[in-house]
Amino acid sequence: MVKWNGEALDLAGKTVAEALTLSGFESKRVAVERNGAIVPRETYGDAVLRDGDKIEVVCFFGGG
Amino acid sequence: MIPTREEWYAALEARHGGDLQARFSAACVAVCGLGGLGSNIAVSLARAGVGKLILIDFDRVDISNLNRQQYKSSQLGEPKTEALAANLREIAPYVTLETHDTRLSEENAPTLLAGADVVCEALDRAEEKAMLANAVLTRLPEKFLVAASGMAGLGSPNAIQTRRVTDKFYLCGDGESDVGKEGTLYAPRVALCAAHEATTVLRILAGLDTTEREGS
Repeated sequence: MVKWNGEALDLAGKTVAEALTLSGFESKRVAVERNGAIVPRETYGDAVLRDGDKIEVVCFFGGG
Repeated sequence: MIPTREEWYAALEARHGGDLQARFSAACVAVCGLGGLGSNIAVSLARAGVGKLILIDFDRVDISNLNRQQYKSSQLGEPKTEALAANLREIAPYVTLETHDTRLSEENAPTLLAGADVVCEALDRAEEKAMLANAVLTRLPEKFLVAASGMAGLGSPNAIQTRRVTDKFYLCGDGESDVGKEGTLYAPRVALCAAHEATTVLRILAGLDTTEREGS
């Protein structure tokens, strides 16, 4: 299981890009933290989630 | 009559204490985007005696900005960098200002932000906010980043919070109010989010143990 924004989900084996799409996030509006480190955007398509990963997706909303 | 530099810093030291003011005076903070967030952040930090501000925006002052941004009707059409620099110099005559009348990108961010101790993300569009946050977090990992997400509309002011996402990344806002959905931004709620960002900057500069990381 992967802890995804605090929720245990069956996402092991999926890439970060696939998991973002499944969760309804637009990859151009987020920053992704994996086990305390930022995941570079250009690696979303290659970074495979593993059992025990802790992921936090920070989503940006417009306005400033 | 404008006070002398000595009078100015004596007044700040009387407020903050010499040690804290020395930290503020020695600091350089980049304000990325000079709209409702950035113009208010810059005013707060200049008043608090932060030594140097890097001000970055490509835009000009428009009538639609005056409902919430720290510009005057007499400044319509001026580049925001120049207009805000002029206003800051009236407020805090001895702040050092570096201005860049340009649009931030992944390519130019590392160079423009190289001299900053803390980077404030104060852009408008969600995609640009995410671009800058990712650029700073991956290409300038030694910098502190204070960003904002969710301050549009007239939701409760109490929903605006600051949380520490990673050791050097703080996020302010209610985390959900998008200007596209809420329709517009109101002066006090944007200023409130800007105040969260500016307070977080001062807490970082002061070396205070800031908000606990969520879930850790």
